[in-house]
Amino acid sequence: MTVLSARWSAAPRRVAVIVPPVAVGIAFLVLWELAVTVFDISAFLLPKPSAIWSALLDQWSIIMEAARSTASNAITGLVIGVVLGVFAALLTSRSRSAREIVTPIAAGIAAMPIIALAPVFNVWFGITTSTAKQLVVTIVVFMPVFVNVSKGLAQAEATQLELMRSFAASPAAVMRKVRIPTALPYLFSALRLAASLSIIAAIVAEYFGGRRDALGVYIQQAAGLTRYDQAWAGVLVACVIGISLFVVVLIAERVAMPWAGSQRQQRS
Amino acid sequence: MTTSAARPATPAPTAATAVAIAAVDKVFNVGKPNQVEALLGIDLSIATGEFVSLIGPSGCGKSTLLRLVADLTDPTAGSVVVNGKPAAQARRDRDYGMAFQHAGLFDWRTVVRNVELPLELEGWSKARRREQAIKMLELVKLADFAEHRPFELSGGMQQRVAIARALSFEPSLLLMDEPFGALDEMTREHMQTELLRICAQTATTVVFVTHSIPEAVYLSDRVVVMSPRPGRVAEVITVKLGHRDDDIREASVFYDAITAVRDALRGIERGSPRGVDDR
Repeated sequence: MTVLSARWSAAPRRVAVIVPPVAVGIAFLVLWELAVTVFDISAFLLPKPSAIWSALLDQWSIIMEAARSTASNAITGLVIGVVLGVFAALLTSRSRSAREIVTPIAAGIAAMPIIALAPVFNVWFGITTSTAKQLVVTIVVFMPVFVNVSKGLAQAEATQLELMRSFAASPAAVMRKVRIPTALPYLFSALRLAASLSIIAAIVAEYFGGRRDALGVYIQQAAGLTRYDQAWAGVLVACVIGISLFVVVLIAERVAMPWAGSQRQQRS
Repeated sequence: MTTSAARPATPAPTAATAVAIAAVDKVFNVGKPNQVEALLGIDLSIATGEFVSLIGPSGCGKSTLLRLVADLTDPTAGSVVVNGKPAAQARRDRDYGMAFQHAGLFDWRTVVRNVELPLELEGWSKARRREQAIKMLELVKLADFAEHRPFELSGGMQQRVAIARALSFEPSLLLMDEPFGALDEMTREHMQTELLRICAQTATTVVFVTHSIPEAVYLSDRVVVMSPRPGRVAEVITVKLGHRDDDIREASVFYDAITAVRDALRGIERGSPRGVDDR
């Protein structure tokens, strides 16, 4: 019954979820366009949405090439940071001495001023390499993943842990069958955060120089030449990459935790 | 162990003894300012196939006693023998199943896979454990809900799944810590009748912790009345109801047994203002 009714109502609900933000977005763009025209705002302060759009189409191949390399740096750094964060959390949840060694190091890494480090990495790894940029992303992504997953691994219910003990379950089985599933929602909270952070970190890292086919460099140069329509087009593409990564995380969450969505419905 | 000499010797555990508790003390926070003597000088022997309830006011250590049998905590002194072996060995041998007040089902598993969990840990093949889990769900009359998620079930149904899980590997002993404590009265009575049916069908020994006098009387062959601070066995009352069904709840033998348990509880309560749930 519940399954059937959920399927029936899914389509209208999806429409209801999509329509309001799209309508607000369109209204916002129209107001923006009108405001710039009516109040005669100069293009270097705020270009019209239509001007940004035509700059995007104009510069399409250049922007796309830059976007491709920036996205690849962001995703590579994201994946490495997530893997390291999860690994560190698993390690520290199992061993007290590991926790005492890794936690202060992780806190130290998180406190590092990334803006100061980006140029240093450029010197270490070479300004034209991707490694320096990916490392910046990795460092930014690592901490939220490590902190959230560590917390999640410690959240298993006391009853469930006692139950596993009554079944004489090995520590590995407790980890696999109780602690890791309990930590999954925490991992995905961290991933949502990390997905947005990764693209921001990649662009910030590019501001400190490097190959020219990068969104950060493109935005900076366009702004330097007062081509603000082009700079905004670059920002727009960066947003699209960030949103795409976020959506990928949401889809992965649905796939990995099929019980979570229906639970939310059940309780609402 | 210093005081054990003063206590009557418990008979050596035999094949017919499921649980033998001898001269058990349990002290929490030994040597610290917040030291608590939870249990003192507990001697209790439970025969195979028996249904024994532990009842008493809050803080009498009845849950602690159950957890000692389950080897979820260690006694400070004395010995706990389950099926003729130390409690720790019995736990490792998966001699008992356990159910708590909180069903403790895993939301990320379907109902049937929750029941399969202990079998998975024992390394049963996929086909065999599915077959066994379905059999257990039939026993608790929930086979139709095998593919549901736990949160889709009512509290009583969740508790039945927890019982099916505890019995899935067919242990000879079932340890239950207020399993029906969170259920409404009607569901609770229904669950009690179901539990007796399941135990009769599977010939399982049960140790059952409860706050409720009628529940203890309805279910048990013997009711162990415990007193608090430190937790001791105050009295053991044998209940002879004969065949148990819903009619017996209104029979005079039932009320006589309730009165006997209540008197025992009142006896220990003199000097202690705490009440016991009369449900």
